[in-house]
Amino acid sequence: MIKKISLTVLMVFLVSNLSFAEEAPLLAKDPELEERVKAISVELRCLVCQNQTIADSNAGLAIDLKNQVRDMLRQGMNEHQIKDFMVERYGDFVLYDPPVKGTTMVLWIGPLLMLILAFWMAVRIVRRRSRGIDLPQSSEDAARARELLKD
Amino acid sequence: MTPEIGHFAIILALCVAIAQAFFSLVGATRGYVNWMAVSRPSAYVLFFLTAFGFCCLVVSFLTNDFSVLNVASNSNSQLPWPYRLAASWGSHEGSLLLWVLMLSGWMAAVARFSKEVPKDMLSLILGVMAIVAIGFYSFLLLTSNPFDRLLPPAMDGRDLNPLLQDPGMVIHPPMLYMGYVGFSVVFAFAIAALISGRLDTTWARWSRPWTTIAWAFLTVGVALGSWWAYYELGWGGWWFWDPVENASFMPWLCGTALMHSLLVTEKRGSFKVWTVLLAIITFSLSLLGTFLVRSGVLTSVHAFATDPERGVFILGFLVFVVGSSLLLFAWRAPKVGLGGRFSLVSRESALLANNVLLVVAAASVLLGTLYPLFLDALGLGKISVGPPYFDAVFVPIMVPAMFLMGIGPIARWKKSSVPELAVKLKWAFAIAVISALLMPFAMGDWSILVSFGLLMATWIALAGLVNLWTRLKQMSSGEGRTLLGSFLAIPNAYYGMLFAHWGVAVFIVGVTLVNGYEVEKDVKMSLGNTVTIGEYTIRLDALKDLKGPNYTGVEGSMAILVDGKEVDRMFPQKRMYNVQQMPMTEAAIDTGFTRDLYISLGEPLNDGSWVVRVYLKPFVDWIWGGAFLMALGGVLAVSDRRYRRASQDEENRGEKTASS
Amino acid sequence: MTATGFLFPFFIFFGITVFLWKGLSLNPKEVPSPLIGKAAPEFTLPILNEFDARLSNSDMEGKVWLLNVFASWCGPCLVEHPILVNFAKTSDIPILGFNYKDKPQAAVQWLNRHGDPYERVVLDIDGRVGLDYGVYGVPETFLIDGRGIIRYKKIGPLTQADVSEDILPLIQELRQ
Repeated sequence: MIKKISLTVLMVFLVSNLSFAEEAPLLAKDPELEERVKAISVELRCLVCQNQTIADSNAGLAIDLKNQVRDMLRQGMNEHQIKDFMVERYGDFVLYDPPVKGTTMVLWIGPLLMLILAFWMAVRIVRRRSRGIDLPQSSEDAARARELLKD
Repeated sequence: MTPEIGHFAIILALCVAIAQAFFSLVGATRGYVNWMAVSRPSAYVLFFLTAFGFCCLVVSFLTNDFSVLNVASNSNSQLPWPYRLAASWGSHEGSLLLWVLMLSGWMAAVARFSKEVPKDMLSLILGVMAIVAIGFYSFLLLTSNPFDRLLPPAMDGRDLNPLLQDPGMVIHPPMLYMGYVGFSVVFAFAIAALISGRLDTTWARWSRPWTTIAWAFLTVGVALGSWWAYYELGWGGWWFWDPVENASFMPWLCGTALMHSLLVTEKRGSFKVWTVLLAIITFSLSLLGTFLVRSGVLTSVHAFATDPERGVFILGFLVFVVGSSLLLFAWRAPKVGLGGRFSLVSRESALLANNVLLVVAAASVLLGTLYPLFLDALGLGKISVGPPYFDAVFVPIMVPAMFLMGIGPIARWKKSSVPELAVKLKWAFAIAVISALLMPFAMGDWSILVSFGLLMATWIALAGLVNLWTRLKQMSSGEGRTLLGSFLAIPNAYYGMLFAHWGVAVFIVGVTLVNGYEVEKDVKMSLGNTVTIGEYTIRLDALKDLKGPNYTGVEGSMAILVDGKEVDRMFPQKRMYNVQQMPMTEAAIDTGFTRDLYISLGEPLNDGSWVVRVYLKPFVDWIWGGAFLMALGGVLAVSDRRYRRASQDEENRGEKTASS
Repeated sequence: MTATGFLFPFFIFFGITVFLWKGLSLNPKEVPSPLIGKAAPEFTLPILNEFDARLSNSDMEGKVWLLNVFASWCGPCLVEHPILVNFAKTSDIPILGFNYKDKPQAAVQWLNRHGDPYERVVLDIDGRVGLDYGVYGVPETFLIDGRGIIRYKKIGPLTQADVSEDILPLIQELRQ
């Protein structure tokens, strides 16, 4: 009798402690904060890695920097202040989004300038060509063209 | 003995390349027929010798010959044999051997499949390729010999980097190199055209298929690299604008522009000077890529172990090949005649705009990749240029190109008009706008970026359909064919274009939807725990110890439930590779047409639970599916019967002249 | 296009190669310190082997001193250590040891085995102060002047050349 009762108690105890179909807790204690940490971390460079963000790297320094970012966010600093903090200590190298300053002007304006220049040149050449006469093709070209057209 | 025989084969190959270059080039410029006759057979001999040498290295790997330094550094007796094979090109030295194998392969192909090219042109072409070959073979033999011995031999090897022990990595380098190196063919055609002065529509017709095949291979190579990064690295990303990724992407962008430019030169005789320059630029970017990856000038996860001596050699070679090509261009290009003229609204203009956009995009990627080096060299400090820059710059440049993809194929040659185009495309545009506005609601929240991306994709797809429909109608009613007959009568080249463009649309859908709607959850899982993502509930049922050929680890058994019913089971693994003691996470991915379910094991925690990361990535496989469609388009275009028929005609004509 | 216009691509290419050439002698992974010329960041840290005591950088004011970041788990630190030991013997410039993310016991054993050139050793167990100094790898060495301004930073193990060509001349300069 006592055996049956003890066994039942034991079973009830065990079953109540089984985490069956229990929803797994999120790793981050504060998922919203984690989102913000991630958003900033993907733009910071892991300085001891071969070209990776601190978000993707598991290196010691990367984890330290991520923790630093998290702490600063908790303290109420914004993204701008956090990036400034990092740049103060590690220089512009730590930012994957190059700052817009004197030395990076060419970098940021370059593509647009190249686009404008290229289009301007192309339009000029096309216009000049349109105004000119249709140059007669060489007889070799014309003969080959006739053969091609036969296909 | 095998490594020594292989080594000797490569030395012989270099001698053959030197002879080939000398006799082909001098013979072609002086008109010595006997000398020119050397070029084709020597291409076959070169390939045979190189393949033989390559096999010797592979044999050393497969037989675990640890007296070969390369094998000892990159392989291991526990390594499964497919990866031992891949390890033969996993190192700098081995990959160079792969490079020259591909180069000699392309040279043999050019020798074999160029019956319609006049002997002197062919000599020039093979001679130029032989010069490139001389550079690479000497580089290999002088600074990067894969056959070096390690004496006394190692007991066992240091194993292949676990990141590379993967099927994706086995085919990715060969595909990539087929593409990179393949552009040397059109480069050689361009140089030959400049030297001989024979730059015309026929030249373009010869060059085009070679360019297209190389481009198709490169497309597959780049796509495989991206897909590999996605499933192997465990964080679900697929493109990082890493310098080595950029090194393969820039030739791809210029190669795409080159294909379109060659199209115009072949059909209309225009853009000749530009096409030749672009051919030189595209291959130069291939060579630059080779330099960047192996010189240590830029930091990348992909970079090979570096050595300043090697960097100097490649740079010297780069300066010689590209410098002399560009000087030749400056000298000979002004003499090239102009082609047909065209108006500002025409297919030529659309293709010209396409070229401008693609080349400026490539130049921007180059600017971003090299900028940190520029500043550092000038002593102006050190910066990093990463995805925020490239995304901000690349996407806006590509948007007009995507828009033009709908217009170009429909615009008429020489002279078209905006009203005419508008009439043809108005329904495609309207439907595209409406569906782009509505589709995001089916996926979740509406966002302007998602909507715009979908607009571009549906625009390209629908414009293609309109184009096809118009053509079918023209062929069936205009020329009296049945619908099926019309389908079959349309040349493969046209379907190639259609598929390639649809491939781009599919790609854009993949990128847009995955960026807009992917979900990620990081959780702590103990046995029996569940995590819900999207419509799926994932339950950790078991964890078992794992033993592989050269690793140990843990494997989780995850049940996938929808509405309480088990629909699948997935097995993510965490491995520790024995030799290099490197932990690797093998994500379990359920690939689907409309989404990927991605589970990766992180770290075990003290209480016996595990950190698990799950992703739901909608339509992510459309990214690589789109790329493969593009490559398929390329293959279709090359299989067009006019190439086969033309070469058949030339063969017949050749036989006639030979017998007369 | 004029004849010279056709030379344009060549000139652009040539320009790029000049930079690539220069790039071969640069190290893309070296991160120069933005702190040079700026005040050394404040810290107050526990001292090795001195229970309850604290050292702060203001204690070093008025002196020219070296801050050497090291750890017992760091291989290259062992390579540079003899040079530091030698320097301590031949110079009166104090060297402050900065034990970075290490276990104090391990550091003690390491110093006992390989020599102790340090006047004092401070412990930065969680690496927070190191972060303030822009430390990203060990070893690193800073030269700080009497007013607390960082004048020089060496990333990586010190060589004899660094000492004789950079550090000693700079110390001479600062003393004047």
